[in-house]
Amino acid sequence: MPAREGTYGLLAEFDTPSDLVRAAQQARKDGWRRMDCYTPYPVEEAAEAIGFHRNKVPLITLVGALMGLTAMFLFETWVSVLAYPLNIGGRPLYSWPAFIVPAYEWTILFAGLSAAFGMLALNGLPSLYHPLFNAPNFRDGATTDKFFLCLEALDPKFDLVEGKKYLQSLQPVSIVEVEY
Amino acid sequence: MATSELKTKDPGVDPATGEYRVIGPGQTFRSVTVKISRIVLTPHTPLGWFLLFGVGGAVATVLLTALIWLFLVGVGIWGITQPVAWGFAIINFVWWIGIGHAGTLISAILLLFKQGWRNSINRFAEAMTIFAVVCAGMFPLIHVGRPWLAYWMLPLPFTMNVWPQFRSPLMWDVFAVSTYATISVVFWYIGMVPDFGTLRDRADSKLAQYTYGLLSMGWRGSVRHWMRYETASLLLAGLATPLVLSVHTVISFDFAVAVLPGWHTTIFPPYFVAGAIYSGFAMVLTLAIPLRKFYHLEQLVTERHIDNMGKVMLATGFIVAYGYGMEVFMAWYSASHWEAFMMWNRMFGPMGWSYWVLVTCNLAIPLTTLWSRKLRTSIPYMFFLSIVVNTGMWFERFVIVVTSLYRDFLPSSWGTYRATKWDYMIYVGTLGLFTALFMLFVRFLPMIPMSEIRMMLPGAKITPKATAKAGD
Repeated sequence: MPAREGTYGLLAEFDTPSDLVRAAQQARKDGWRRMDCYTPYPVEEAAEAIGFHRNKVPLITLVGALMGLTAMFLFETWVSVLAYPLNIGGRPLYSWPAFIVPAYEWTILFAGLSAAFGMLALNGLPSLYHPLFNAPNFRDGATTDKFFLCLEALDPKFDLVEGKKYLQSLQPVSIVEVEY
Repeated sequence: MATSELKTKDPGVDPATGEYRVIGPGQTFRSVTVKISRIVLTPHTPLGWFLLFGVGGAVATVLLTALIWLFLVGVGIWGITQPVAWGFAIINFVWWIGIGHAGTLISAILLLFKQGWRNSINRFAEAMTIFAVVCAGMFPLIHVGRPWLAYWMLPLPFTMNVWPQFRSPLMWDVFAVSTYATISVVFWYIGMVPDFGTLRDRADSKLAQYTYGLLSMGWRGSVRHWMRYETASLLLAGLATPLVLSVHTVISFDFAVAVLPGWHTTIFPPYFVAGAIYSGFAMVLTLAIPLRKFYHLEQLVTERHIDNMGKVMLATGFIVAYGYGMEVFMAWYSASHWEAFMMWNRMFGPMGWSYWVLVTCNLAIPLTTLWSRKLRTSIPYMFFLSIVVNTGMWFERFVIVVTSLYRDFLPSSWGTYRATKWDYMIYVGTLGLFTALFMLFVRFLPMIPMSEIRMMLPGAKITPKATAKAGD
C-alpha cells in the first residue's frame, strides 16, 4: 500500500455485536461500500451485513491438495520405477496401492499449508502497521470486547463532516477520525 | 436419577438442563480476556511454576545424559536384542503419538461436530499434541542406531543416488508423522494469531508488545479476515481429522503387515486409533485438572468438560475393549496354532503380568466406573483415573511389542526382554521434557483461546432488536 496522508476513515464504536450488525446493515443499505467491521471474535452476521459472503480460501486449499497429491504420487512412481528400481518380494515396480499412503499424507500437508498461508495472504497479513492502530480506542477494544464499524475515506460517498453526521445517526458509543 | 440428585444448588449447574455449564455464570468478554491474558502478561511468575518447570527441566537433563551416552556407545546400552528388537523406543513412540492424538481430536473433530465445550480445552490439548509429537518423533530417530544418518529416510537427492523404498510402512510413517507434526504446529499457531493480537494490545511491557505484535502478524479483527480465518480453521480441522486417523493407522501398519502372530491382524488400525484417543483424553485430564486448580480457571474449564471427556473415554475405552476381545477371538477362530499359542503366552507366559496390568488399568477400572456421573464429575477421581489409563495404555504398547516378539515360531529363537536403566532414563526423561515444554507454553502463550471463549458467552448472541445487553 502506498504511503497516504490525511484521513483513513471514520471509526464508530459499539458495545454489543447486535448494535454493530444493525449499524452495518443500515450503512450498506444507505449505499456505503468501502467499510469494514472489527470484532474481537468472528461475527458472521457482520460480514453478511457488509456484503462479504464468500472467500477464496477453499479454492486455494483444493489447488494445494491436488498439487500435493500429484507431486508425491508422481515422485514415488519416478523413484520406484525409474530412478532406483528395487525388487521387493517380487512386487511390481509400479506398486501404486503402496504409493497411496505417502501421496495421501502430502495431499493433506499441501492442503493444510495452502489453507493457512492462503488465508494469511488473502488477508494481507503479516502487516504489522495499520492506520486503525492510531485510533485511541481501537486497541483496547477491538481485540477485547468492543465492536467497530469503519467507513473508509476511499468510499465515493465519503465526506468527513457528512460521514460523521451519518454515523451519529447509527447511535454508536463514540466516533473517531482515523489518520493514516 | 443421577441428574436430579446432582447438587442443584451448585451455581455451576444450569437449572434449565441439569447439566454443568460449559462456562461458569457471570462472565463477560472483558472478564475472560483479562483472566486469560493476565496469566501470560503478569510480571509475577508464580512460585509453583518455577517449581514444576525446575522439576521438568531437571528430569529432562536425565534424557540429555542418556542420549549423549547413547550417541557415544550405541543402542547396545538398551535392552533390545534378538528376538525383541523393538523395545522401549517403539513402545514410547506409539504411546507419545497416541497421547498427541486427543489434542487433534479435540481441536479438529469436535470442531467439525460443533461441540462448543471443546473451546476451553482445545488450545492446551493442541499444545499437548505438539509436545507429545516432539517426544514421540525422537524415538524412531534414536532407534535407527545411527541418528546422524536419519536423513536417509527422507527422499533427498544426495550423491549416492539411493532413494527410499516407498512400499515399506516404516517409510509411510516418516510422511505420516512429519505431516502430522507440521499440520499440528500450523493449526496451533493459526489458532493463536487473534489471541496474540489481544496480548499485544493488553501488554504493558515493550518487549511483550513487540513479541506478541510480531507473532500476531498485525491481526486487527476485521470481519473479512475473520471469515477467511474461520474458513481456514474449518478446512484445517477437516484436513486434520483424516490426518489424525491416518497417522495412527499407518503406525499400526508397522505391526499389522508383519506375519508375526500377534501383529498379523486387521483390527489394528481402528483399535490403535481408538486407543490413541483414549490415552490422549487421559493425558488432557492429567494436565487440565491441576492447571484449572492452579490458575483458578474453574469457570472456564468446568465439571462439564471433565464429564464430557469421561464420556469420550468411556466410548473409546469400549472400542479398545472390543479390540482386545477380537484379538482373543481371532486367536481361537483362526485355528492357527501360532496365534493361539501367542495369546496363551501373552496372558499366562512369563510376561503375562503385563497383560493383566493392561486389563486392570484399561478395562477393569475405567470401564466400570466411568458410567457413574458422580465419579465422572469428581475431580480427584478423574485425576486418579487419568493416571491409571495412561499407565494402562503404556502397557498396551508394551504387550503388543514385547509379548508378540519374544516367543515367535521357533522355540530355539525364543528370548526375553529386560529394559536397562538407559531405557528407563530416556522414557522418564521425555516425561520431563514434556513437562518443561508444557510449563513454558502455559507461561508464555494463551492456554485458553480467548476469541473462541468469547463466542460462547451469552453476550455474543445477535438479537434483531435493540436493548441487547451482555448478561446471563
